[in-house]
Parts: sequence; C-alpha cells; structure tokens
Amino acid sequence: MSLLRNSWRQLTSMRTALVLLFLLALFAIPGSVFPQRSIGPEAVDRYLRDNPDTGPWLDRLQAFDVYSSVWFSAVYLLLFVSLVGCVVPRLKAHAVALIRVPPEAPKRLDRLPAHADDLDHDGDPEAAADALAALLKGRRFRVARRGRTISAEKGYLKETGNLVFHFALLALLGGMAAGGLYGWHGNRIVVTGDTNGFCSSTQQYDEYDLGTRVDAADLARFCVTLDSFRAEYLDSGQPSLYRARMSYAADGERGTRTVEVNHPLRLADANVYLLGTGYAPTLRYTDRAGRTQTITVPFLPQDNALTSYGLAAFPDANIGLTEPDGRPAQVAFDGLYLPTVPENVAHGASLFPAERDPRLMLRAYIGDLGLDSFRPQSVYALNFDQVEGKMLQASGDQFALKPGESHTLADGTKIEFLGTQPWIAVSVRHDPGEKVVLVGGILLVIGLLGSLTGRRRRVFFRVTPDGVVAGGLPRSEYEGFAAEFEQIVESARAALGERTREKAGSRDG
Amino acid sequence: MAEVSDQLLVVTIMTYLAALVAYAAEYAFGSATRVSRVANRELVGPDGLAVVVDDEPAPVSPRDRYIGYAVLGLSVAATLAHAATLITRAVAAGRVPWGNMYEFLLALTLVGSVAWLVVLFARPAVRALGLLVTTVVIVLLGTSGMLHTDAGPLVPALNSYWLAIHVSAVATAGGVLLVGFVSAVLYLLRDGYENGRTGFPFALAAKAPAAATIERLTFRVHAFAFPILTVGIMCGAIWAEAAWGRYWGWDPKEVWSFITWVIYAGYLHARATPSIKRRTASWLAIAGWAAVVFNTYGVNLVFSGLHSYAGV
Ligand code: HEM
Repeated sequence: MSLLRNSWRQLTSMRTALVLLFLLALFAIPGSVFPQRSIGPEAVDRYLRDNPDTGPWLDRLQAFDVYSSVWFSAVYLLLFVSLVGCVVPRLKAHAVALIRVPPEAPKRLDRLPAHADDLDHDGDPEAAADALAALLKGRRFRVARRGRTISAEKGYLKETGNLVFHFALLALLGGMAAGGLYGWHGNRIVVTGDTNGFCSSTQQYDEYDLGTRVDAADLARFCVTLDSFRAEYLDSGQPSLYRARMSYAADGERGTRTVEVNHPLRLADANVYLLGTGYAPTLRYTDRAGRTQTITVPFLPQDNALTSYGLAAFPDANIGLTEPDGRPAQVAFDGLYLPTVPENVAHGASLFPAERDPRLMLRAYIGDLGLDSFRPQSVYALNFDQVEGKMLQASGDQFALKPGESHTLADGTKIEFLGTQPWIAVSVRHDPGEKVVLVGGILLVIGLLGSLTGRRRRVFFRVTPDGVVAGGLPRSEYEGFAAEFEQIVESARAALGERTREKAGSRDG
Repeated sequence: MAEVSDQLLVVTIMTYLAALVAYAAEYAFGSATRVSRVANRELVGPDGLAVVVDDEPAPVSPRDRYIGYAVLGLSVAATLAHAATLITRAVAAGRVPWGNMYEFLLALTLVGSVAWLVVLFARPAVRALGLLVTTVVIVLLGTSGMLHTDAGPLVPALNSYWLAIHVSAVATAGGVLLVGFVSAVLYLLRDGYENGRTGFPFALAAKAPAAATIERLTFRVHAFAFPILTVGIMCGAIWAEAAWGRYWGWDPKEVWSFITWVIYAGYLHARATPSIKRRTASWLAIAGWAAVVFNTYGVNLVFSGLHSYAGV
C-alpha cells in the first residue's frame, strides 16, 4: 500500500516535472523571436515604433522581457519547487539506503527477471552461504546475510549521481540569483588618449544596470585609460585582431595590460571587456566671436565597414549671441564618417573598416540644441524633436572633409576636421554568483555521468538443504545484466565446487 | 588547399550517395540477407533484458554478400573523404575547421558518420538505420555546401582556444544526436509496423530490427550525447564570460541551446518514467533534434545576435 502511494507520488511529480520542463522550453522561444530589453533596449524601441498596433500588446504580455516575465518565472519557480520536493525525499531515502543493509530477498527468486536454480552444494549449507557471501563481496557488492539467504546490492553511484545532478541544478540557480541580486555592469565608450579615461561610477557609464541589492556606492573603484588601440582587417573587411593597451589604477595598484576580445582586464572586483570599436573624429570649431573649441566625439558604427554616424555638438559656441528670430545660436554637426570612401560619395557607405581614404560628411545645424530640456537624450544623435520644432535648423548643404581640411559656414564660422582617434566599447562587470554557477556546472556534469553510467542491481542467493537458488534484479536500464548475472552464477558454481547438473539454460527453466 | 577541400566535399557527397544506393539495395533485396538475419539474432526478453539467440547464420548469396561489402566499403570511404575535406579545410584556414556555419555542419555530420560507423560495428543488428543516417548526412552536407564560405582566419571574437573546446563538444553532441534522431524515427516506424500498421511510412520499417532493440539504442545514444551537449553548452558559457563579459545573456543561440537541453532532459525523464510510453519519449527525442537543427539553421539565418559572425 505504501509502495503504491510512493510510486504514485513519484509518478505524478515526474509527470509534473516533465510538463514543466516542456513549458519552460516553450516559453523560452519568444525571447529569441522578439527583441529583449535586457539585451538591447534600442531594438525594443525600434520594434515598438515599427509595430504601433501589436507592439504595446506584446509589451503588456512581457514579450520584451521574457526571462524576467511573470509567466516564465512562474514556470521555473514551480519547476524548482517540484525539484526540491522531488530530490529532498530521495536524498533521505538514498541516505537510508546507503546506511541500511540490502533488503530481504523476495520469497520466490524464480519470479525475478534473472534466476538460476541449477546450483548445488556439497551438503554443507552454512559453508555454501559463506562462500557465496564472500564471492559477492569480492565483486564489490554490498552484502547482507540473513540465515542462509544472501541479499546483495551494487550500483549506488546511479542514485548518488542523480542527486548530485539535481542539487547542482539548484546550486546553479542559486548562483544565477546571486548574480541578479549582487551583480552589476556598466557599458562605456573609451577614446584613446590620456585624458579620455574613465573611472567606474554610475555617472561615467553610458548605460548601467545594478543588481537588486546593489547601489551606486557599491561599485568597484578603479580608473582606466586606453593608451592605444590597434585593429587589423582581412581584405574582405573582416576584422582579424582588436588589441588595446589599457592602464588601470585600482586600490593603489596600477598597471598596464593588453586587452583583447577574449582576454578581459580582470581586476579585483570587476572585469573590463573589450566589446567593439569605432572612430572618434576630432573637430575644431571657430565661432562668430573667434573663440575655438576642440572636441573628439565617438561616431557609432552602422555596418561592418564602420560607416559611422555621430553628432558633434558645440552648445557653448556663439555664447550670448542669438539668431535673428531670437533662438540661441548653438551649433551642432551631424553626419557620417566613412573610413574608406566609395568612388561615388553619394552611396554614403564605407567600403572598408580601416582608414584607407577617410571622409567626414557633415551638415551644420544652428539654433537651440535642446540640451536644457528635461527629456533624456542621446549624446550620440541629434535631437530631432528640436529640428522638427524648427528650434534647430540646418545651415547649408552637407559637405565632405578629409583629415586636415576645413569648411566655412554661411555665417563665416569655420569647422576643421583634425583627424580621428579609435575608440573601444567596454563592458565592466561584477558577478559574485559566477563561481557558484561554475562549481554547480561542474558538479552537474559529474552527477550526470554517475547517473547515466551507474547501474543499480540486486543479486540474491538462497541456500536450502537441497541446493541453491539465485535471482537477480536490475533496478535501472542495464542491458548487460543477464550476462553479468550469468557470470556470477558461473563463479558461484565454481566456488561451490559442484558438478553441473544436466539441466542447462538458466532462464526459462 | 582550400580548393582541394572544396573538391573533396563533392567527392564526399558523391560517395555518400553511392553508399545510400547500396544501403537501399541491401534493404530492398535483403529479406534473406544480413539485415534481417542479424536483426533477429538479438532479441529482447519480456522483461527488457537482451537475449542473444545464437542461431546458425543462414548461407548468404554472393549477390547479397557483395551488396553487404559495398555498403560497408562505401560508408567507410565516404567518411574518410569527409574527414579529408575537414582536414584540408583546417590546413587551408590555418586553424580549427569549425569557425563558421559551413564548417560547423561539416564537422557535425562527420561526427554523425563516425558515430554511425561505431554503432554499425558494435551492433550490426541496427544496420537498417544506415539508410536514414546517410540520407540525413547528405541533406545536411548538401545544405552546408550552399552556405559555403571561403577558408580564412577568424573574427576576433572567435579567436580563442575555447573555440576548439566549445564548438567541438557541441558538434560532437550534434553528430551523435543525429544518430539518436534517426534511431528514434525508425523506432516509431517499427513500433507502428509491429502494431499492425503496414501502410506508408510504417512499411519502410518492415525489415528493421525489433522495435525494442531500436528503442534501447535510441536511449543509449542519447545518454551518451547528453553529457557532451551539457559540457559543450557550459564551455560556451565560460567562453561567453571571457568574450562578452557574461556567461549567459539569452542571445538567440543561447536561448535555443537552452531549449535543446531542456527537451533532451525531458526525454531522459520521460524515458526513466515507466508510466510514460516509449513512443512519447521518442517524440521528445525528435523534438530535441528539431531544436538542434533550428539552432544551426534558423538561429544563424533568421535571428541576429552575438553569434552571427563572419558570413554565417
Ligand atoms: C530543471 C529541471 C530538471 C532538469 C533539467 C532535470 C534533468 C535531469 C536529467 C538530465 C536527468 C537524467 C539522468 C538520468 O537519466 O538518470 C534526470 C533524472 C531524473 N530526474 Fe530530473 N531534472 C529536473 C527536474 C526534476 C524534477 C522536478 C524531478 C522530480 C519529479 C526530477 C526527477 C528526476 C529523477 C527521478 C531522475 C532519475 C531518473 C532515473 O531513475 O534514471 N527531475 N533529471
């Protein structure tokens, strides 16, 4: 009765686990179909703009935050509740099984899947039972002798492995949760040159994401500068090398390190990863009052040949001066940088990512840049709301500059293109759960191997005055059991020093 | 060397096609040949334990024997040509030959072929699977040929020893799972056939080994491949940590490896649960393979993500 109840419980929970596993796989799919905020919020915004009808609905269904959505979390939490409910009792049962002696032999050994009843002994049942127990012990079975009945069991590795596997799974999830709670990361563009370094703080990251239990004060303290950067490309335009020299200062420790895509800068409390690269043109603007300002602004790559778009804003230009209509006379330039210009400039896309024949295509805007408004805006793109509202107006046509060239605007002011600096995009990360996840992963594989290769089986011998009966029971998928059982019976025969009876063929007899 | 590799690919596909014809011939003529004879030697007892029936092999006609040799010879030759294609490619590119989708498929199918030969020699009983295995290999190789890219160095993100470890593990798992998939399909056909369904497609399994034999093979193959898949995915995560700063970020490739892994875990659970039919479990194995294929073709060609590199 309790056996029934147990098996029923196991059955139902295994079925539940299966359904939940299936749902987990199913629910993960939308995350690969729709853009995800956690990966690229811009892509989500673009999607929402392009699909004004379906977008908001999908958003309400959390289709853009699948892996933190209510429904996805519900499934994996249920699964892990089920997992705990499943493995904790099994852990207890297994602990008992490891301590306890193998169970009593069934009454009728000939009902077992493998059995033999053609064994004989020399008339001393006690000695025969001793010999059989010794034989099984020699084969590394755990042996229990009850009178003249011997129960033996082997292959505990399977259940041990299974439990290690499932607990490792729990550890893995714990590690991931720790990362979500106590980890953080920030991204940032760093331009080459001494003064363009940055120090880790929320103000200095272009974007950042802090774990639930992290606040700005918890970020690792260190500063990094990009001393030099080198990119190499194949003739096809495919990059073959990105190498950065970075200097860092953290906790009184300083150093210089080579950082590549697969070789991050690992500091005590955070790692700095090189994710991508681009060009930052240096521009000098001379305003109506004759004051000059020089800025270096990263342009963002639009394609693999590093056609880059960017914005150079001079909010302090012409300070105090206004346009005839009373708008301020701030100045900005936006446009494309082509490291290798095509024959027909009008194509507007670079041919090659290295600077073989660079061209900066700019257009000037004069007016109110809208920097004082409270709306968040990108420093990398023009504020098109201002343009639409006519607060900011284009001045003249687009013009192309080679490095060293300059262009004079209609109002007599001058813009010079001095050259470019390479920049790199870095991601700074701290994830205290990583090590737990790694250890969990290793244990998971070890447990899995044990679980898949272990074979639990039981062998029984019963010695009666008339002879010996043997039975065997594989308790898990084990094809070779019949052969092993056969062997054990053969060894038993030899050990009992008996003459084989006529009757051969152990199975169906 | 790159051209040699490309020419070898053609040789490889032609040889596989020839092997396919040989398998088909053996299968078609083979009622009294090795196929069914060998198949009947390994029976399964009512309790699921294997019983080897040592009956005396019936004499084989010369024609059948030649077909049998052709099958083996062509399978091995095709696999060798396949390996040569991959090796020359590696020499031409000066690196491990699995840096893009074309090469990955080349490697995956090679593992599939080798895994199949191992199964073939270890268990002649399931020889009839060869027809299906070879078909799948040819289809994958043919489509990979269409995605052909020139041999060359790697993008910086791939320039890591983890490429050797992670991709080889995943390709190995994929190749072995290919055999598992075929085995699961044949089991379903054979099981239907044994249950009296003799129409198309079940009739295809008329001369296949006993359903229970195929099913056990399906499980063994998956039990072998699953830990490799697990290690492969975990190595990918370790690599992702070094390259992108996070071990898991739900990039489409990662999403689909997760789905694949969960489905195969589901298969193993279903297989271990007595109340769940072997047929249901086999469908899970097939779903797992569908996820593997989607992760290779669908994710590379449809979605964009960090894994989309260097001309697919
Ligand atoms: C995230 C969820 C889970 C995953 C990924 C997972 C994965 C696995 C894998 C890969 C195996 C294969 C090992 C083998 O075949 O022996 C396994 C076995 C097993 N799992 Fe899970 N599991 C999960 C949840 C659960 C839950 C919730 C239960 C409880 C109902 C459970 C019970 C079992 C049992 C009893 C076995 C052993 C089967 C046997 O006797 O061979 N698992 N699991």
